[in-house]
Amino acid sequence: MKVISVRNLTKRFGSFTAVDNITFDIEQGEIFGFLGANGAGKTTAMRMLCGLSRPTSGEASVAGYDLYKNANRIKENIGYMSQKFSLYEDLTIRENIRFYGGIYGLSLSDIRSKTNLLVKKLKLEDSINSLVKSLPLGWKQKLALSVAMIHDPKIVFLDEPTGGVDPITRREFWTLIFEAADRGTTVFVTTHYMDEAEYCNRVAIMVDGQVEALDTTGVLKAKYAAKDMGEVFLQLARKAKRGDG
Amino acid sequence: MKALLFLLEKEFRQVFRNPAILRILFILPVIQLLLLPLAADYEVKNVKICVVDYDRSPASQRLVHKITSTAYFKLVDFTDSYAKALQYVEYDKADLILQIPAAFEKNLVRENTSTLFIAINAVNGVKANLGGAYLRSVIQDFNQELQTELIQLPRQNLHPVISIASSNWYNPLMSYRLFMVPGIQVLLITIVGAFLSAINIVNEKETGTLEQINVTPIRKYQFVLGKLIPFWVLGLVVLTIGLFISWLIYDIVPVGSLVTIYVFSALYLIAVLGLGLLVSTFASTQQQSMLISLFLMMIFILLGGLFTSIESMPPWAQAFTRFNPISYFIDVMRMVVLKGSTLYDIRDHLFKILLFGLALNSLAIWNYRKRS
Amino acid sequence: MRQFLFFVKKEFYHLVRDRQTFFILLCLPLALILIFGFALTNEVKNSRIAVLDNSKDKATRAIIDQLEASRYFDILEYIPSNDKLEATFRSGKIKLAVVFPPNFNQELLHTNTATIQLIGDASDPNTSNALINYATAVIMDYQAGFRNAAEIPLRINTEIRMLYNPQLKGSYNFVPGVMAMVLMLVCAIMTSISIAREKEIGTMEVILVSPIVPMRLVFAKMVPYFLMSVVNIGSILLLSVYVLDVPIQGNLVLLILECMMFTIASLALGLLISSISNSQQVAMLLSVVVLFLPTAMLSGFMFPVENMPAVLRFISHAVPARWFYTTVINIMIKGLGFEYVWKETLILAVMTVFFLAVSILNFKTRLE
Repeated sequence: MKVISVRNLTKRFGSFTAVDNITFDIEQGEIFGFLGANGAGKTTAMRMLCGLSRPTSGEASVAGYDLYKNANRIKENIGYMSQKFSLYEDLTIRENIRFYGGIYGLSLSDIRSKTNLLVKKLKLEDSINSLVKSLPLGWKQKLALSVAMIHDPKIVFLDEPTGGVDPITRREFWTLIFEAADRGTTVFVTTHYMDEAEYCNRVAIMVDGQVEALDTTGVLKAKYAAKDMGEVFLQLARKAKRGDG
Repeated sequence: MKALLFLLEKEFRQVFRNPAILRILFILPVIQLLLLPLAADYEVKNVKICVVDYDRSPASQRLVHKITSTAYFKLVDFTDSYAKALQYVEYDKADLILQIPAAFEKNLVRENTSTLFIAINAVNGVKANLGGAYLRSVIQDFNQELQTELIQLPRQNLHPVISIASSNWYNPLMSYRLFMVPGIQVLLITIVGAFLSAINIVNEKETGTLEQINVTPIRKYQFVLGKLIPFWVLGLVVLTIGLFISWLIYDIVPVGSLVTIYVFSALYLIAVLGLGLLVSTFASTQQQSMLISLFLMMIFILLGGLFTSIESMPPWAQAFTRFNPISYFIDVMRMVVLKGSTLYDIRDHLFKILLFGLALNSLAIWNYRKRS
Repeated sequence: MRQFLFFVKKEFYHLVRDRQTFFILLCLPLALILIFGFALTNEVKNSRIAVLDNSKDKATRAIIDQLEASRYFDILEYIPSNDKLEATFRSGKIKLAVVFPPNFNQELLHTNTATIQLIGDASDPNTSNALINYATAVIMDYQAGFRNAAEIPLRINTEIRMLYNPQLKGSYNFVPGVMAMVLMLVCAIMTSISIAREKEIGTMEVILVSPIVPMRLVFAKMVPYFLMSVVNIGSILLLSVYVLDVPIQGNLVLLILECMMFTIASLALGLLISSISNSQQVAMLLSVVVLFLPTAMLSGFMFPVENMPAVLRFISHAVPARWFYTTVINIMIKGLGFEYVWKETLILAVMTVFFLAVSILNFKTRLE
């Protein structure tokens, strides 16, 4: 079953075409990696699919809903987390979970049981009543991911979620992603880290606003005769005309 | 609806956890209400006068004595050189110079008329005008004294005399504070409504949490209401604190009904919250929103009639005042607190502020949509 | 030195790229000068008044006509009876009511005396006072028509000369005050927030590990604001001379030098505030409470300092704008030379050095 289907999606800012006519489909339960140099357009593409930014042209449906007609139904069925997002720093862990659970329409008893489950899994029982401000970055990111999935969304969008996080926490973070995928959640993730690309079922590589390659990591490596995804990426990214950043 | 409740819960938690906002909420009314009425005292008193007496006659001395015995004037020096007196003015030690020419008394007796010279430091035009008027009226009194003493005037008025009975309603003691305090309340509510709300919304933009909210199914209007309602409540809290302080310190109890004040304030807050929202849609950093708000507030307050009367402004400024919500509120506060105006009396103001609320909020929401 | 210029350039980009801020900072002085110069007058004119004429005779008609002819009054309505008076005041439409008793003219002619009642809305005491005075003057004028001035013996005349500001313009007083306010806003408030912002978003730390000396970075931040202030000083002076007709009586070079010194003092204050605040909100709050309000209220340009209670008068000595205001008045309006302002200049200089020293010390200890 396709949960995301994108046809000729384009976004222009004035004369600059950030996303240029991209087309792809994503199956349910997939971990879909979105790779690209800075400025290749991956964040813009993701923001369009989340309903944060209106496409200039093209079509897309997310979780079975049309991007133009049913933006709000889409929002009920997705989770989103960006590197910048770090919850409300001046609220406690419990209050943040309660808030996001509440605005996604969870019942109070659901919120309570989810909160207990979540802090137990993240081993945050002792600091449940401390302000998010006081947590180390890695913990914040893991908590943010869990909160982004508090309403069991069909799809979760992760925009460079592991930036600035140490390797051990990154592993733990990816464990959370795998668990979500096992439960049937589709994961759409952008990243800079090539080892993370290896974890994905399929990978799309964007260059200058276009999807230059899209396939499983195995096929891509074979096609470009590369020993790892890093080499694949470098070969493609070298063609870029836009500057870095 | 349920989502809105969760938004409100979150906002209130954040406000009560933020010491800066709480401090502003409680310290601002106290400072403003304590300091401004004390500082903003336009009453002209203690005019520093320097007398140059070239005459040194009994009459001139009597005049000087009469002037210095009034409460308005403080004699700086009694000299015999105009140049020296001018130096006092240059150093700001004197505001007024009264020059009594030589042969002042002699001329008065012989030629029945004599002239005094007054020089006034007019850098501050208002003060100069009033100081001059006071001095002239003292001289006139002195003139009349002389006339009645030296000439036997017939008992009955020879000519028709119109006497004038003047009374000062609503503020018989002519207290300037009674005039300022209700206006300052307006200032307080406006700061909370327009200033704090704008900075608060921009703060979420700057930290990135606004984007997270945007991917949730929360509707824009829910988010906006979630932001506005807490500040609407806080505005009314500040109003209450302000009313309490003005009762405690200045003994000012509104002559009109508190209901009238709260009804109008509630509507006014909706209008200024719309203004704050509008500012927040233009600004992307707190520095910007602070500067825009400060800029707007300065212009609105200065042209709002807090310090100077709107009627004496030029037509373009008066035309602007019609689009200045602050001026309506200042007017209403003074009317209700001092004169006891009722809801019926202020119906025009109520209607206009309602229009402001509608216009500003629609504009803000329209601009909000356009930019996302 | 090249490094320093590099940072100055970066700060310039920050300032100029932020269009809104740039625009406001340049427009603010213009708007304030125009508002203060043209809109804010304490002069009373065109005040709306009501007349309650219980007599309706020749004399009352004549007085009403004279009131109407005066530029101070606009007769808004004629009230039919006493009981409507209160309601008219409460609706806020009028500031003064003139009440003639019944049989006014008859009484005046037969008993040679009659009384007019003037009721002012003293919720605005100064306006009420002024209006009653003006109305009294109009009535006295009318009365003077009955007698011949030459008959009065022993008359003392007064001749009044208004020094420095013969037309009694409000702008003579406001221009120096607006200058102080604008410079304080641009220099002190903007620098303090912009440094606090770098602390808050963490770029300060990045720069601190670079080889540039931290204090140089801070000075680099001040340069664009300083230059912007010079532009503002220029535009304020040009506006006041050519639009408001406020001439510069004294030495222009001396005036500009004094302005620059106040600019540096303001920058130093901004630095001081940023050295003790860690977030933009704190910097904003401190700037408004510690800098902006005292500059507006205690410098003497809005409210006369000598009327304030002793405590406030005492505090006002610590407000740099107060000394600057006096200096500008003396040079610009009164046309006095340096010998009249050396004391104020010295005080400002000492303040500047003090603020700079404290904030540099404070910065060093904080950064370590």
